[in-house]
Amino acid sequence: MALKMVKGSIDRMFDKNLQDLVRGIRNHKEDEAKYISQCIDEIKQELKQDNIAVKANAVCKLTYLQMLGYDISWAAFNIIEVMSASKFTFKRIGYLAASQCFHEGTDVIMLTTNQIRKDLSSPSQYDTGVALTGLSCFVTPDLARDLANDIMTLMSHTKPYIRKKAVLIMYKVFLKYPESLRPAFPRLKEKLEDPDPGVQSAAVNVICELARRNPKNYLSLAPLFFKLMTSSTNNWVLIKIIKLFGALTPLEPRLGKKLIEPLTNLIHSTSAMSLLYECVNTVIAVLISLSSGMPNHSASIQLCVQKLRILIEDSDQNLKYLGLLAMSKILRTHPKSVQAHKDLVLQCLDDKDESIRLRALDLLYGMVSKKNLMEIVKKLMTHVDKAEGTTYRDELLTKIIDICSQSNYQHITNFEWCGLWAGRAGGREAGWHWGLRGPSQTRSRRYISILVELTRLEGTRHGHLIAAQMLDVAIRVKAIRRFAVAQMSALLDSAHLVASSPQRSGICEVLYAAAWICGEFSEHLQEPQQTLEAMLRPKVTTLPGHIQAVYVQNVVKLYAAILQQKEQAADASAAQEVTQLLVERLPQFVQSADLEVQERASCILQLVKHVQKLQAKDVPVAEEVSSLFAGELNPVAPKAQKKVPIPEGLDLDAWINEPLSDSESEDEKPKAMFQDEEQRHTKPRAPEADEQELARRREARRQEQANNPFYIKSSPSPQKRYQDAPGVEHIPVVQIDLSVPLKVPGKCLWMPLSDQYVKLEEERRHRQRLEKDKRKKKKRERERRGTRRHSSLHTESDEDIAPAQRVDIITEEMPENALPSDEDDKDPNDPYRALDIDLDKPLADSEKLPVQKHRNAETSKSPEKEDVPLVEKKSKKPKKKEKKHKEKEREKKKKEVEKGEDLDFWLSTTPPAATPAPEELEVNTTVTVLKEEQEEPRGEEQDADEDREQDLEKKPSKHKKKKHKKDKEERPKDKRKSKKKVPPTDEEAAEPVENGTLDEEPLPPMSSYTLLAENSYIKMTYDVQGSLQKDSQVTVSVVLENQSDSFLKSMELNVLDSLNARLARPEGSSVHDGVPVPFQLPPGISNEAQFVFTIQSIVMAQKLKGTLSFIAKNDEGSTHEKLDFKLHFTCTSYLVTTPCYSDAFAKLLESGDLSMSSIKVDGISMSFHNLLAKICFHHHFSVVERVDSCASMYSRSIQGHHVCLLVKKGEKSVSVDGKCSDPTLLSNLLEEMKETLATC
Amino acid sequence: MIQAILVFNNHRKPRLVRFYQRFPEEIQQQIVRETFHLVLKRDDNICNFLEGGSLIGGSDYKLIYRHYATLYFVFCVDSSESELGILDLIQVFVETLDKCFENVCELDLIFHMDKVHYILQEVVMGGMVLETNMNEIVAQIEAQNRLEKSEGGLSAAPARAVSAVKNINLPEMPRNINIGDLNIKVPNLSQFV
Repeated sequence: MALKMVKGSIDRMFDKNLQDLVRGIRNHKEDEAKYISQCIDEIKQELKQDNIAVKANAVCKLTYLQMLGYDISWAAFNIIEVMSASKFTFKRIGYLAASQCFHEGTDVIMLTTNQIRKDLSSPSQYDTGVALTGLSCFVTPDLARDLANDIMTLMSHTKPYIRKKAVLIMYKVFLKYPESLRPAFPRLKEKLEDPDPGVQSAAVNVICELARRNPKNYLSLAPLFFKLMTSSTNNWVLIKIIKLFGALTPLEPRLGKKLIEPLTNLIHSTSAMSLLYECVNTVIAVLISLSSGMPNHSASIQLCVQKLRILIEDSDQNLKYLGLLAMSKILRTHPKSVQAHKDLVLQCLDDKDESIRLRALDLLYGMVSKKNLMEIVKKLMTHVDKAEGTTYRDELLTKIIDICSQSNYQHITNFEWCGLWAGRAGGREAGWHWGLRGPSQTRSRRYISILVELTRLEGTRHGHLIAAQMLDVAIRVKAIRRFAVAQMSALLDSAHLVASSPQRSGICEVLYAAAWICGEFSEHLQEPQQTLEAMLRPKVTTLPGHIQAVYVQNVVKLYAAILQQKEQAADASAAQEVTQLLVERLPQFVQSADLEVQERASCILQLVKHVQKLQAKDVPVAEEVSSLFAGELNPVAPKAQKKVPIPEGLDLDAWINEPLSDSESEDEKPKAMFQDEEQRHTKPRAPEADEQELARRREARRQEQANNPFYIKSSPSPQKRYQDAPGVEHIPVVQIDLSVPLKVPGKCLWMPLSDQYVKLEEERRHRQRLEKDKRKKKKRERERRGTRRHSSLHTESDEDIAPAQRVDIITEEMPENALPSDEDDKDPNDPYRALDIDLDKPLADSEKLPVQKHRNAETSKSPEKEDVPLVEKKSKKPKKKEKKHKEKEREKKKKEVEKGEDLDFWLSTTPPAATPAPEELEVNTTVTVLKEEQEEPRGEEQDADEDREQDLEKKPSKHKKKKHKKDKEERPKDKRKSKKKVPPTDEEAAEPVENGTLDEEPLPPMSSYTLLAENSYIKMTYDVQGSLQKDSQVTVSVVLENQSDSFLKSMELNVLDSLNARLARPEGSSVHDGVPVPFQLPPGISNEAQFVFTIQSIVMAQKLKGTLSFIAKNDEGSTHEKLDFKLHFTCTSYLVTTPCYSDAFAKLLESGDLSMSSIKVDGISMSFHNLLAKICFHHHFSVVERVDSCASMYSRSIQGHHVCLLVKKGEKSVSVDGKCSDPTLLSNLLEEMKETLATC
Repeated sequence: MIQAILVFNNHRKPRLVRFYQRFPEEIQQQIVRETFHLVLKRDDNICNFLEGGSLIGGSDYKLIYRHYATLYFVFCVDSSESELGILDLIQVFVETLDKCFENVCELDLIFHMDKVHYILQEVVMGGMVLETNMNEIVAQIEAQNRLEKSEGGLSAAPARAVSAVKNINLPEMPRNINIGDLNIKVPNLSQFV
């Protein structure tokens, strides 16, 4: 064995360490992969050795290789081995490797739970720290669940280093195990006020992250954050808080109002740019949230814009960038204030930094107005020429198009274009409507040339966009066509330039538009023949299929135009020449691999050949060929379909396959037919619609999605040719509600619905049909009488409203004022969604962090179990702690509820001038309510207040008191014996504590815990609490605090029983046995243990002697230590705070069964209010009534003695008159009270 | 939240790769590569923010970087972080490295990647900023180093002797990162101190 060890260490001499590995890799530049695989083999050997140092070294090297991209998950188990090494050096290496390569899929990760738990409770803060750091990177839902409680305990660690890490990691735990959020939140909140700035910052960090995802749950924290904001000097914390407020303000405009002032102050005062910037950002957010009703904040906007201008003008590129970014936020709500800085933004376009230019572009988009459009576009065009780098150029290009179309959109609002209503082609931009007259014509002309110019760009991706724009303008604006066609033919001529390199594939899309425009509007061509030839060049076959197809189709259009021209000129030979050209050139398309091209080409080729034959016979063909393309193509509104009159006899409600088909069915047409019909019938109608209708249409148009812009439609004149019925123009279409979709025969609308619904629907429709049949008869009669058939249209579409209503119902179910970012938009897989938890709701019974279950206080008969392995023993601690936390949390919860109620109050204490009337009302009511509450007995209120002041560890008992008051009835009898605290009932937890928010003066911190004993190792403080249920039992809560560097374990508490008082020991143990303390104490940790005592008579105070024995273990070894103490049971400790109403109190006094006694204490300077608080707190009384400086108080002993007090305050003295069913108890109580009062 | 912290040199060699969200190793390398290309083509005198790459996060993520001599320090953060704050944090991190390594240079990062990680762990934990006070960070690092020293460190004396021999043929490397050199304007470095 020894030999093996020696051999191991000699081997180690030649092991590579990390540095050697790095060096080796650097020296093997040529065959790095080979060298590394060799190293990995070595590492595998090293990992097989027993020596932990060798393993750690190997794992360290693996971490390096992981950085280079090598998968090291195969070593996961070895990493865990190194993690569990006892030396910090190795442990740290192990955790680092784990943090780099462990993830939820790592199967061995579950083996780490106990190791991590052990490290978390390690006496060395760095072991704990390293474990926390590691865990933060690889925490899984299982680890989070199992360790949540341990981590929560660490949040109250004595070392700030551990506290801040524990606080920070809680965010990860929440993410993985959302159930932990509510139980842990109170403590997290508490950490916001931690004395250590690091811990405070960590807590702010976590809450900000939480609130960013679900801001509404954290609104109640606003007052606390507000306080922090105005008090903190840590810029990092301030930035976080200010950012958080930015997220909260949209939810609560009143918050915004409150924020403006302090934020403005910060903006003025701070020298830190980062803070300034975040302040400005939040002010902007506030202004946005207020934008509706607050006109008087122009000063704030001006301030922001000014400060941003300073940022943008700064030579620091970073500030410039951020300035522009924030500016664009202001732009959205206050464009005017930003437009003033146009010069600055344009200047930024010249910046050498692309990010800044892009930001400036974004801004420009919003700054364009009718006046400066030309200027800006001109400027942008020069930039397009200068720009290098395709991304930026593409961005420029889209921005130019965006800016133009957007500005025109604005333009059209005060520009009535009568043809508008016919709709638009639905190009990419919603409002591309060029006018027919004046300035817009020249503008569109200029726009075409801009578009053409844009095509000269190399390698842009936006050919599509340009093409769509060209088509849109050419179709829409008749007056521009001549110009457009000229430009396009030039473009086709130079197509070889456009489409020469494959790089330009994007831009060749414009040829699509060019070919179509030249073909469709061929009458405007100067030299059609030349264009025709250009379109038939062999080079064209290299273009993408869809473009070739357009070419082929438009070649024929051109051909038709040329034929006509030639025939009119009686130039038969020229006409034949053209035909010949086509016959020669078209076969190149017939051979195309693209089906569409091939089909069109071969079809047209045959057609042309036929024309050729006719031409040979000197038959004039031009007329017939042109008639192929007769009629003008006009844009059609996508909604136009709805306005299509239903052909006579077509019943859209009729069954397609009805078994008993009647005469109606034959009228039905297939859908394709229907569409065909529609395309021909739609046409622009005279704008006879009223203003409202126009507005609605405009709105409808605005909402249109970009689609294929080219619906074919007949122009007004040829329309009549297809019209099979007269008088379509006079159809009262206007009355149709556009929002109601016409039902199409497909009936697919209802398909997805449940069978049941279908059935209902069938019935409904059956009824409808019956009705309709009746109506139809009438209709026919009417028609016979000469009524126009479409007069029934309106009625029919009324029926069709039925399905639309269903949709309405669905929308109604949406909550009012639903935020756009609410649930619906959220990705169901969003990990943050699970954290959308209401934190103001009191904790329910079931909500606690899971703790490993074992020793039950009730069955504490087996102290022998203490020999179980360390890890398990340790986990006992959490249990007690857990209970404690729970209660503390509950109290916190209550306070939160208070705070939640406070929020309204806090928020509404804005200067009244800024508060709208209804809110003022709210303020008033709040105040009155609070004042009323103040009159209430103060006992429990003070409890709540005092608890807030108290040390963490000392809370539970306080709580118990409250509990006793409240749930005496519900409580199961045996709970007390089991030393367990009663799990809080919902009811109780939900009961709000009326808190004096408007306290006359702050109460001094009070603690009922008194020192029991102390030595260099441990400090014991204790508190005694009775319960009304167990008439002879009291619980002693002892807080044990480890004051040493040693690890304290095997603690045992023993008491020398008296006749009157006895320690409740586990069953089966003798009166001399001690009761084990169910936890161990690492250095600096404190924890609370509870012991139950049985008391015979409670009328007298008494003292019990006892000893705490424990083993203190440190580096030098372990010692057995003892600490003696004296437990003092005062009579007060037998009292339980019990509320009493004044009428019951009066009856009690009248009954005469009570004996009386009184004391008087002089020299009291404390205020009466505080005095009462003190009596309530220390002596477990509650105030029944208070009049000026006189108060009646009540309490009850665990054995049912009533104790009534009348406390009167004189100048400098206090007199207490007491009445009690037991005179001894009373006199003892009064003596104790005298002592308390004497210290006041 | 900080999504990732990457340190690489002018030649794309990673010096520190710390992801706070799980990516498989090959994706990690892709991200490093992509980030490198994004950052490399930027001049030193343009702004230090970049819209995130395609691989890591979406539009919510930003790359915030600083360039020191031969090294790029890149933080990938989401919108909850303040851009200028992170720039300062990078500065704090680098200055801490400078203190811990005494005139830090790329070589230190190359040969002591583990130590760099330990330092980073005191600054950022699980993607969240843990400490911004440099003195506090350095104090904790030193305390841990002392602890490690008291345990004898990772490599025992003989191994060190061997490596000392191996050390003789160190390749020539730039010795210093020269923090103050480039003089990137830190608007408010004092805020954390």
